[in-house]
Amino acid sequence: MGASIGPRLSGMQKQVLALYRGFLRAARSKPVEERRQIESIVSAEFHKNSKQVDRKNFIYIEYLLHRGKKQLDQLKSPDTVGLSSLSVDSSRTRNSSS
Amino acid sequence: MATGLIRRAISRVHSSPAAKLVVARAHASEAKAHQSESKQQPNIKSFQIYRWSPDNPGKPELKEYKIDLKECGPMVLDALIKIKNEIDPSLTFRRSCREGICGSCAMNIDGCNGLACLTKIDSGAESTITPLPHMFVIKDLVVDMTNFYNQYKSIEPWLKRKTEPPTPGKEIPQSKSDRAKLDGMYECILCACCSTSCPSYWWNPESYLGPAALLHANRWIMDSRDEYTQERLDAVNDEFKLYRCHTILNCSRACPKGLNPGKHIQNIKRLELAS
Repeated sequence: MGASIGPRLSGMQKQVLALYRGFLRAARSKPVEERRQIESIVSAEFHKNSKQVDRKNFIYIEYLLHRGKKQLDQLKSPDTVGLSSLSVDSSRTRNSSS
Repeated sequence: MATGLIRRAISRVHSSPAAKLVVARAHASEAKAHQSESKQQPNIKSFQIYRWSPDNPGKPELKEYKIDLKECGPMVLDALIKIKNEIDPSLTFRRSCREGICGSCAMNIDGCNGLACLTKIDSGAESTITPLPHMFVIKDLVVDMTNFYNQYKSIEPWLKRKTEPPTPGKEIPQSKSDRAKLDGMYECILCACCSTSCPSYWWNPESYLGPAALLHANRWIMDSRDEYTQERLDAVNDEFKLYRCHTILNCSRACPKGLNPGKHIQNIKRLELAS
């Protein structure tokens, strides 16, 4: 994916970046240690998907965006203290908040 | 002696199931004979069902399942359960009460939104089942209802009072005629068939509340016990929230409970003009 400062991003690319930014901002509201962990999990997830997901597979990207938005809403809640990930089948990671 | 007894016992055990088998066969052949007499050939129907799973993110596809209607209940939900039980356990859909009370099994059947448990299987050779239109698909026939529920929440669907009830700590009485005003609204089960059939809702799902939420807004506006009527009217008095309804009336056509959301939206509009 053209992650460098390319001149034009598609609407969907902007949405993905906005979601990533939203996660980083939400992480700021958590304690330092948790923040580190959230940032590392989130960045690993985004990097993994940016490599694995076919950039033309809009339906799947839209699904991931949608799922990400829901997880971000959960993370934003002050009751959520952290984020942990669970590796299933070594390939799929799902975030679960506690 | 002992061995003799055992032998006898064994021979008895052997003989009795054989007899049972014979009897059972006789019954089976009788049943078959009955079936063939009353022109009971298998009635095969094919269902084209929308399949997409995030675990295998390719293009969504319509998958064909053939089932014998003679061995299946009368409703579309029976067919889906039969397919899930006998053909493809990976088929995913929501269902719960199987009698049109929970609203879980809302889906698009042959182009019309409806509850699978209240829709009879069409006698034609083929049926197409897809998720509710213009909703985000989570898997197969399961759609994301978050936005729909948030809109319902936004109309504050609970009784709000400014004064104490007539007898403190007790319920608030209501006359029979006031109660009758709620008929045709309280029955709504929030299955989302109406909202997702509305073209206006397709284009503005975020800003337009949709028929289901507006019907519930009207339900609380019309409630004689609620004292926030004017506030409720002001809350929905919005170019997008309310006035995206262009009386297309797909909602009334789609409602599996036979309600008329279009009429209730019209009632809100009328009250907005009067207020």
